[in-house]
Amino acid sequence: MSVTIEIPTAFRRFTGGAPKVDCSAATVAEALNQLTARFPDLGRHVRDDQGQIRQFLNVYLNEEDIRFLGGESCTLKEGDRVLLVPSIAGGSGL
Amino acid sequence: MSDQYQLRCRECGKTWGNIPRSFCEDCFSPLEVAYDYDSLKKTVRRENLAGRDFNMWRYAELLPLPEGFTGPNAVGGTPLVASRKLAAKWGLKNLYFKNDAVCFPSLSFKDRVVATALSAARRFNFTTVGCSSTGNLANAVAAQAAQQGFDACVFIPADLEPAKVLNTAVYGARIVRINGNYDHVNRLCAQIADRFQWGLVNVNLRPYYSEGSKTHGYEIAEQLGWTLPDNVVVPMAGGSLITKIAKAFRELVTLGWVEAKPVKFFGAQATGCSPISDGVKRNLARFEPQKPNTIARSLAIGNPADGPFAIKQIRESGGWAEDISDPEIVEAIKLLAETEGIFTETAGGVTAGVTQKLIAQGRIHPDETTVVCITGNGLKTTDAIAAEFPATEAIAPRLEAFEAYLDAQLGATAASAKA
Repeated sequence: MSVTIEIPTAFRRFTGGAPKVDCSAATVAEALNQLTARFPDLGRHVRDDQGQIRQFLNVYLNEEDIRFLGGESCTLKEGDRVLLVPSIAGGSGL
Repeated sequence: MSDQYQLRCRECGKTWGNIPRSFCEDCFSPLEVAYDYDSLKKTVRRENLAGRDFNMWRYAELLPLPEGFTGPNAVGGTPLVASRKLAAKWGLKNLYFKNDAVCFPSLSFKDRVVATALSAARRFNFTTVGCSSTGNLANAVAAQAAQQGFDACVFIPADLEPAKVLNTAVYGARIVRINGNYDHVNRLCAQIADRFQWGLVNVNLRPYYSEGSKTHGYEIAEQLGWTLPDNVVVPMAGGSLITKIAKAFRELVTLGWVEAKPVKFFGAQATGCSPISDGVKRNLARFEPQKPNTIARSLAIGNPADGPFAIKQIRESGGWAEDISDPEIVEAIKLLAETEGIFTETAGGVTAGVTQKLIAQGRIHPDETTVVCITGNGLKTTDAIAAEFPATEAIAPRLEAFEAYLDAQLGATAASAKA
């Protein structure tokens, strides 16, 4: 399926400034893998050492958080949009 | 820069000075405000507070405020109410309600966070401020933006309680209603902050915003005579407040203003939106986001940004998290009003009801000092309890009519009262 991944400003230095990246993938996982294969420096910002999507990165398929769609194995339709949005947390340390 | 604070990444530790940003550009983890405590210890003394008004600005040195900042309004400084009736009913010796239902100017603890966020907005020369909100935050942004001369644009779920929408609109703020829940609104705001040069208080100003919550904790310690409680029960939406009260207590210990003491942190949620309490109770490595379905709209955040930190704080303190049903929330609102004279919104019902549950579970003990954080005002969520109080029949303006009314209502009791 031909889909578009939307890249937040903070990630664009890894994508040569591109705000959107088109790819052909059957699942969100495949799309993310293609993205990070094409832009390897982005890889460690998308997945942690265990290969999981990083805790403070939210991934959406169109309007929905992929965690409500069964996670990154959820399937894509032609023309779908995948959004990467850094989580907005404050946390607390001293 | 002469600031005693700057942004630091929670994960990689990189420092960023002071900029309007909530995540580290290197590792994309959350940024927080870090202070030079060694320097603060030398210059800031508890005794300095004596001549200051009792509001959140009395702790100015412990907040990320620009040099020369003067508080534009008396935010915070809310009562710590020593409970008599509920303490007796629940069998506790030392029970307190920290009552931010009467926080100035918009009647919720969000006035505190907006106060520090707008000081940052001015510093960064934003002319438009805004937020994603479940209601209280929009009220606070609209009120303080009006007073301080910012344009305000707030984003809310389309089905928010009418009172909360009205309480924002009245200040002249632009309100953008979004077809979706808070998590949809929040995601959109992250994208808007990425595109527009606006100061979104809980997005790109979030590190400064969330520091305002600490003043709720400072006040608790000061009102307890510069001691820390044994237990704190805190409502959780995004999960930030509970971590910031903990930070406030740690800072006071670091500065030597209070003695170190273990404090247990208890988190309260509505069962219809309980990703954090669920994460604590099931000991999950990562909480699972939920689709909110509860009358406690101000806590209805299914994907809480600070959830991981809240879970960690609760676990490490030896505390716990619980959640209660919507009918239990309504009962708790009534109970708090009938016993303590405090009318709180649904979130406060959650906190009071969860406290009752924690006591029943034996997690809060009778001899300990327990503070329950009430964060919003009941006048904002009257819809949630309106069905409990149907209108009564009117009577004629005659004494006989009133006597007949009393007889009908109270029967024998009324008869004896007449005699």
